[in-house]
Amino acid sequence: MPELDHRDVWVYVEHRGDEVHPVSWELLGVARRLADELGEEAAAVVLGHGARHLAERAFACGADRAYLVDDPVLEPYRAGAHAQVLARLVERHRPGIVLLGATGVGRELAGLVATAVGTGLTADVTELAVDRGRRLLEATRPTFGGKQLATIVCERHRPQMATVRPGVFPAPEPEPGRQGTVIPAEAGVVDPDLVAEVLEVLPADGRVDLERARVVVAGGRGLGEAGNVALLRELAEVLGGVVAGSRPAVEAGWIPREAQVGQTGKVVRPRLYVAVGISGAVQHLVGMQDAEVVVAINRDPDAPIFQVADYGIVGDLRQVVPALTEELRLRLRSLASRGATGGEPVRTGSR
Amino acid sequence: MPAIVNPDDLHALEEALRWRERLGGRVTVLTMGPPQAEAALRRALSLGADRAVLLTDRAFAGADTYATTLVLARALRRLEREQGAPFDLVWCGRQALDGDTGQVGPGLAARLGVPLLAYVARVRRLDPAARRIEVERVLDRRREVLRARLPALVTVERTLNAVRYAALPDLLAALEQPIVAWGAAELGLAPDEVGLRGSPTRVVRSGAAPLRRRQTRLIPGAAADPRQAAAQLADLLLAAGVLDGGGEGGG
Ligand SMILES: Cc1cc2nc3c(=O)[nH]c(=O)nc-3n(C[C@H](O)[C@H](O)[C@H](O)COP(=O)(O)OP(=O)(O)OC[C@H]3O[C@@H](n4cnc5c(N)ncnc54)[C@H](O)[C@@H]3O)c2cc1C
Ligand SMILES: Nc1ncnc2c1ncn2[C@@H]1O[C@H](COP(=O)(O)O)[C@@H](O)[C@H]1O
Repeated sequence: MPELDHRDVWVYVEHRGDEVHPVSWELLGVARRLADELGEEAAAVVLGHGARHLAERAFACGADRAYLVDDPVLEPYRAGAHAQVLARLVERHRPGIVLLGATGVGRELAGLVATAVGTGLTADVTELAVDRGRRLLEATRPTFGGKQLATIVCERHRPQMATVRPGVFPAPEPEPGRQGTVIPAEAGVVDPDLVAEVLEVLPADGRVDLERARVVVAGGRGLGEAGNVALLRELAEVLGGVVAGSRPAVEAGWIPREAQVGQTGKVVRPRLYVAVGISGAVQHLVGMQDAEVVVAINRDPDAPIFQVADYGIVGDLRQVVPALTEELRLRLRSLASRGATGGEPVRTGSR
Repeated sequence: MPAIVNPDDLHALEEALRWRERLGGRVTVLTMGPPQAEAALRRALSLGADRAVLLTDRAFAGADTYATTLVLARALRRLEREQGAPFDLVWCGRQALDGDTGQVGPGLAARLGVPLLAYVARVRRLDPAARRIEVERVLDRRREVLRARLPALVTVERTLNAVRYAALPDLLAALEQPIVAWGAAELGLAPDEVGLRGSPTRVVRSGAAPLRRRQTRLIPGAAADPRQAAAQLADLLLAAGVLDGGGEGGG
């Protein structure tokens, strides 16, 4: 049995230049809590070139330490290079827990690193706790269509690794001036044969990231036809939100696949979620139940979506949605013209 | 591939078949699973795969990603030895329907010691002579053009291609084709290296996911007067403060 004297809780800080993915701060908040429970330290891992200032931001969000590898080989992000450097850091400093966001970057990196260092990985986690007596991380993730939650441990291997869904944990309130220790580390030799080169980065297409949107207007099979998506779009526009859909709406080709909400789609956590012509199957609910406020519009008063909604209108979406768009437009416009603070439509920038 | 062919894997197979049609070579499909997974392999054969390998053993049951990639990697090495030539590319789906972790591709790349090209939406160039592959991939919100040396491992997005369907004669022919079956012994693996025993992670609890129920305020009268119901809802939303542009979004 390997020795399990590993300690501390690490968070891989996912960034592009100065832009840090919010899940990294969310995870630092979690790492802080787990580290306190274990009597250990929370550390940020910052890999990049010229990214030292991110360490300060990590301290403000709860990190005690930041492992900083500053090397041109790490810029731009290439999975193969980051994985080799992260694996080496893990082997050298022996953390007990390593957390990454369950983003595209986090998933590929975690998969590479966990296997390279020979440990277990729990993917797409939505709850994290520690068993203090056994010093075990208990990572909980939805399985079987989101109907079940499975709690997973990694008993005999270290570190215990997990990727965690964005938006599940609150971002900590930054404490400016909070201090920490920067631990500079060398990148070491990066084997170029294991690295896919980035030849070109095609720009982001300007769409708002569904997972970060503050207002989501989602349609389901009840839309009935492609033309009715326009009703959602108009409502989303007034609210400054984005359009999404249930799986049948995606399968009908009304809504793009990347905008599917639910178990096999995205998990969203907006301030406002408007479910239009969606019945409320559990596979859909697991993707939106953490929205701050849920509105349901459905012509069936017994639709399960109403049980998870804060506000509901029983009616035909073809009448209710345009009416709602109009009423909101009137109110938001008059608020804006009165110059009331905070009265403008919700913006959907990153949170 | 699992027992029902995982949709992502059909796209992976499709892409492999298309490149074989252009460049020659061989497409081998592998799946680790129970004996019934043979059906998935037959389907792949009917679509045009040259060879199928079923990795099945009671001891493989309960494997997590780590134990799964060990078996897959060993099988690939054995295939290479038998063929007397290394593979050029391993194609995987992005994620499986059941486990849905998306970790097998990256883990397998790490075990094989080859570059990973994840979330590939288009293969731009594949040049076995120059030992190069060039792809477009979707990484969160952006697209990247990546180039790697062969051999490499690719995980594919479903948008990569439209899959073909097998003609009836091919379906029937696939029933006749031999399928190689290997267990732990054939791969030189001990029972405690595979399956549940070889898995670092273990499920300790599982249960129904609690759903968050809410106190619902139903606004009546929309059938008779949708405008009036909508007005009432708009007022409630304003009062609830969710239309307030200031402050931070949830989470
Ligand atoms: C493994 C697995 C994974 C899945 N993953 C997902 C997932 O990620 N996301 C997802 O959404 N689903 C998923 N599903 C599917 C899920 O089980 C449901 O089938 C699906 O969510 C139902 O979509 P819906 O509500 O749009 O359609 P329906 O259930 O058909 O509901 C349509 C609703 O529209 C209402 N309606 C109809 N016409 C009107 C009208 N004119 N005005 C107002 N209301 C109207 C009806 O009353 C009804 O309530 C998954 C299923 C499985 C088995
Ligand atoms: N048991 C298996 N046998 C063969 N390939 C697998 C197996 N499990 C996963 N894969 C491959 O890895 C991909 C991602 O699976 P997962 O990581 O489980 O989401 C799948 O689409 C398959 O291509």
